[in-house]
Amino acid sequence: MYHREKSIQIKNSASSLYNNLSVQRIAPRRLTYFTVVHANVVNMVSASWDGLNYSHRQLQSKEPNVATSTSLIMQAAFCVLPSRDLLVVTSQKGIQMYESDGSIMVYWHALDTPETPTAQAVFARGISAVWQNYICVGVSSGSILVFDIPTKGSNITLSEVLEEHKDPITDLASECSGSQECIADLVSADDVGNICVWKSGEEFQLLNKISGFDMTCSSVKLWKGTVVAGYGTGQIRIYEAVTGILHAEINAHARWIYSLDIAPFSGLLLSAAEDSLVRVWHLTLTPETNSVEVAHLHNECVTDTQICGAKFCDGDGYAFAVTGYDLSEIIRYTQT
Amino acid sequence: MRLNPASMDRLYELMIMAFKYQVFLCPRPKDLLLISYNHIDTIRELVKETPVALNQVEEAHRKIIEVYTSLSEGEFQLLRQTLLIFLQDSHIRVSLFMKNKVQNPNGRFVLSTSGPVPHGIEVPGLIRMFDDKGKEVTRSEFPTGGSYTSPIREGSFELHGDRVIRLGLNMYTVNHPEETHTSKAAPVKADDTPNLLAKEELNQLARLMGSMKSESTPKSEPGFRINLFTTDEEEEEEEARTAGGAGEPLFGVINIQAMQDEQFATQLAQIAGQFADEGEQSDNPGSSSNKGDDLLDMMDQL
Repeated sequence: MYHREKSIQIKNSASSLYNNLSVQRIAPRRLTYFTVVHANVVNMVSASWDGLNYSHRQLQSKEPNVATSTSLIMQAAFCVLPSRDLLVVTSQKGIQMYESDGSIMVYWHALDTPETPTAQAVFARGISAVWQNYICVGVSSGSILVFDIPTKGSNITLSEVLEEHKDPITDLASECSGSQECIADLVSADDVGNICVWKSGEEFQLLNKISGFDMTCSSVKLWKGTVVAGYGTGQIRIYEAVTGILHAEINAHARWIYSLDIAPFSGLLLSAAEDSLVRVWHLTLTPETNSVEVAHLHNECVTDTQICGAKFCDGDGYAFAVTGYDLSEIIRYTQT
Repeated sequence: MRLNPASMDRLYELMIMAFKYQVFLCPRPKDLLLISYNHIDTIRELVKETPVALNQVEEAHRKIIEVYTSLSEGEFQLLRQTLLIFLQDSHIRVSLFMKNKVQNPNGRFVLSTSGPVPHGIEVPGLIRMFDDKGKEVTRSEFPTGGSYTSPIREGSFELHGDRVIRLGLNMYTVNHPEETHTSKAAPVKADDTPNLLAKEELNQLARLMGSMKSESTPKSEPGFRINLFTTDEEEEEEEARTAGGAGEPLFGVINIQAMQDEQFATQLAQIAGQFADEGEQSDNPGSSSNKGDDLLDMMDQL
């Protein structure tokens, strides 16, 4: 179904972090951007669609007035809003927002770090653009910071702090189907597997809370009102967002799942884990019977690699890219 | 014992790669604790003769249990991810790992797609679908691309107990297949000829004491060689490597000579002879047809 293409070499190897790959397609310029995190650096590659041109850039985690920083980066993700695209980088010190080509930092938000260091780690993790003008970022305390993004400029403000989770946020995702009818806009997951479903607005509203079973939910997606969640047990669970009804459970992987992605136009689901396997599934939603069907389509084994990032490169799922711990390349696959 | 800087660097690299191996292959994040307890159990064995040291090890172990038992799996995974960042990009090849087939020639560790899944994880392959009442309506299977089996029992997180996991044990003494496979204990071979062995052992002791000429041995050896570690293969490899002048030694080599001191051996034999009532046998070691029984007789006469 898929075959391996030429890999893209990156300047550093990928670190072992959840969802450690972000992809953005820039159709007008026939380019795709990729970001992969290595310790305190974000490796950005811009790849032309004809496969001939690659340009690299590295972003460091740092506060605006500090020359260098050893703060580890937890995640980097592209946020696509109707008016603009931003690249958000979350670290142990705070949140940086760049223009999506990584050229200028437009905003810096410092995390509240205690005066004396405590045993608890402090960091930001979990990034998602929501609806028209919000970017949400999770924090290790369990809070979710909601930033209001103007159509241009750097006048970004912290609009709200959502306090529902009590454990570090692992991942955030917004409704990706493009459908206006969905009530839920945002889903958040944490270290003990609790999942919250939100409706965005001037004040975000909690629609539902799905209790975890003491196992980390490392990656989560929201598509057509359906939550797809990947866990440290290697399982994928599919819930109806607003009601919390469990539609399906897949014993998908033999190790911790690190990344999930959905191709919104085709309903293809991608899962990747530390067991070195990437799996492609197909989701079929039948609103009349309120049921979800899952079919397994394809496996790819990245030999001897603990995969940490896997994303579709386009909305149909025609191609996907994969990163692995200690690997200095982005592996790509396209449909045959 | 002092190592030169190059050897010290090699030792450090060996330690880093062994540590990376254990953290990388750790089946579940909280198994980092079980691996640590394997380390502590081994340390305990090493210091068991020294009560003061033993108490400190026990105390350290208790403190670790106190602090880390309550961490969630997510927190352990964060700990592991942070350690993996430190260990990133080290791909030094270690001959022991390559011999045991746990490391590839490119320096990467082998990740198996078969064997038991970690405790608490379901064997992959099943898709279950439910209706909106929560009742299971369909069950189907998918090909996993691997061959996974049910988990083995969980190791003990207590102060003492069977840790089950093989990572963290001394790789030089445990000759085991890759850790996710359970290995059966080798059957203990019954010693069919105990008497012969005991007799040979006593012969050897007598030879060492110098009371017997070594004609009875098939080939005479000028001295004897102690190897405190099972590193014969590595040493041979090392010799082969440095013999051709190809590279400098990876390990610092210390030579200890323990030659038989003829004069000392004769004196010892004389002293031993004084214990004997008749005293003839020890003066004439070559005459007796039952050379092997010399020492036995000596001991009987005490």
